[in-house]
Amino acid sequence: MFYREAGQYKKTYSADMAVFPILQDRIGIGLILLAAAVIVPIFGSNFFISTVMIPFLVFSLAAMGLNIVTGYTGLISLGTGAFMGVGAFACYKLTTYFPQVNIIIWILASGVFSAAIGALFGLPSLRIKGFYLAVATLAAQFFLEWCFVRVPWLFNYNASGAIEVPQRTLFGVAITGANATPTMRYLVLLGIVVLMTWIASNILHGRIGRTFMAVRDMDIAAELMGIRLLPAKLTAFAMSSFYCGVAGACMMFLWYGGGEASDAFNINQSFNILFMVIIGGLGSLIGCFFGAALLNIVPIILKFGLPAMGLPLAGATAEHINHLFVGSLIIFFLIVEPHGLARLWQITKQKLRTWPFPY
Amino acid sequence: MNAMNHSEFRQDIAPGETLLAVDNVTLRFGGVKAITDVSFDIRKGEVRAIIGPNGAGKTSMLNVINGFYHPQEGRITYRGQTRTKMRPHVAASQGIARTFQNVALFKGMTTLDNIMVGRTLKMRTPFFWHIFRQGPAMREEIEHRKFVEEIIEFLEIEHIRKVPVGKLPYGLQKRVELGRALAMQPELLLLDEPMAGMNLEEKEDMCRFILDTKEQYGTTIALIEHDMGVVMDLSDRVVVLEYGQKIADGTPDEVKKNQKVIDAYLGVAH
Ligand SMILES: Nc1ncnc2c1ncn2[C@@H]1O[C@H](COP(=O)(O)OP(=O)(O)OP(=O)(O)O)[C@@H](O)[C@H]1O
Ligand SMILES: [Mg+2]
Repeated sequence: MFYREAGQYKKTYSADMAVFPILQDRIGIGLILLAAAVIVPIFGSNFFISTVMIPFLVFSLAAMGLNIVTGYTGLISLGTGAFMGVGAFACYKLTTYFPQVNIIIWILASGVFSAAIGALFGLPSLRIKGFYLAVATLAAQFFLEWCFVRVPWLFNYNASGAIEVPQRTLFGVAITGANATPTMRYLVLLGIVVLMTWIASNILHGRIGRTFMAVRDMDIAAELMGIRLLPAKLTAFAMSSFYCGVAGACMMFLWYGGGEASDAFNINQSFNILFMVIIGGLGSLIGCFFGAALLNIVPIILKFGLPAMGLPLAGATAEHINHLFVGSLIIFFLIVEPHGLARLWQITKQKLRTWPFPY
Repeated sequence: MNAMNHSEFRQDIAPGETLLAVDNVTLRFGGVKAITDVSFDIRKGEVRAIIGPNGAGKTSMLNVINGFYHPQEGRITYRGQTRTKMRPHVAASQGIARTFQNVALFKGMTTLDNIMVGRTLKMRTPFFWHIFRQGPAMREEIEHRKFVEEIIEFLEIEHIRKVPVGKLPYGLQKRVELGRALAMQPELLLLDEPMAGMNLEEKEDMCRFILDTKEQYGTTIALIEHDMGVVMDLSDRVVVLEYGQKIADGTPDEVKKNQKVIDAYLGVAH
């Protein structure tokens, strides 16, 4: 009744081409942003911010990265974890050599390095597809993971073999390191995620996004429209890895606050993010947030929520239930709704648009 | 018209002059000869039909023309330039567009986006501006959107503008595919059975669109079609293939009377 486009005529092509052509959508986005930027920092507990919100945003960003190459361009990648790792190490090295430059700049710049590495490992995609490409990206995953552990220069020869996140400030307030409050880290992360989502949406709605999708849907016809497949695929890999790299840097600097690469950027992480993309919706930006939210929230509910409700659950059991749950979700979505939660959301909106008179 | 700088191409081909010449082309797949020593030409501004029974090598011929297949023998001369091996995206940049026998649309994208992809070669705003979707990127997008809207109007598909093409009935998909090819503003348009699987009304519409394309845009058209009525109505000249060989070439009337053609078609009961 209230959600519809009736009466909202688009007078110009630019209005029709807007990302959110419907007024209610724009209001909705505004409210969500307001809640994320004001209400969460004020009312959210430290626990909520650091266990729910920060991981959610990091995973959303990583899922966005994978979705660009897998959902939009149709090239499967199992190297997400490794590309995130490249971003984290690049950021670490950059801020070590140039500590005076603001860390936010280095977090964003680290994406350039993962983009280059991603494009390099994307080269085989010209010749191979599907399963074989998955294996090629898996090779990238293992090779890079090996580097993370075996090249001590990457972790500054720390005895722990781990990234040790230094304290960095913004306008005198600590945003990374032990003294940075969860709220500060959250706000920085939110800024980065909002900015990068906006950019992804811009790029994917224009010529470049159409090029990706054309390659995904019918590469022969795409070539016939004058699209050169290699540059198109490499652009997709580079852009995707850029996002994964920034997500990795955010993960280390704004979430973990340091840690070993073999834990954070391993093959499990690659799969974890692939599952988020599948459940959220291949080829949908909003789906990245849905997928990240669901896969992030479920383990938290099992681990903290159930005990709080008086249902004690051993850690191992909780983990098993989580695996079962994610597994069944994947099977469900692959069979029933390959476009994931995003598609269900779209259907709901479509219903709302015509509600209460469906015809 | 062609934005690319192909100075070596003749830009001054007048209607009626040879636009594309196929000389002694032979194409083999392993031991199978799909095309054997075929020669013919396409003149600027004409509708050139390619007909023949199933498996005669018609689709293979189009694939040779736009660079999907590389013939083992023979030459292709396009706009005065004889070419060697060439990738399809180069053919596209030289002004050759194409539709497929089995619709090859971008299924997950809307009608509008499908046709917009046809404009890709004409869009050249650098990546940087796309980050913001402002300034040159937006101006370019709007300019091409206007062009695409003209095509949408021309093909009478306004009502399905925002529908993902995978959901459209076959007849409309074929129409969108024509639109996508037209968006490239091609010099030479290759149509592979554009009316296959259509009902009478849809066929009539498609005939009208093909003729209008020729008249309004001056596009040269190579047309593969099984419906003889359509071929006789639309085409200026017809080339007939059978088992990969050329058995006749001429105006529709000449071809119709040709004994070899009559035999070929009676043989496969059309
Ligand atoms: N990629 C390929 N590999 C092997 N053989 C092929 C290939 N493409 C075509 N052929 C063979 O070449 C011959 C000509 O096929 P083509 O598709 O060109 O025929 P056609 O005239 O378009 O037929 P139809 O009317 O059925 O579309 C056939 O014998 C076919 O099997
Ligand atoms: Mg054919």
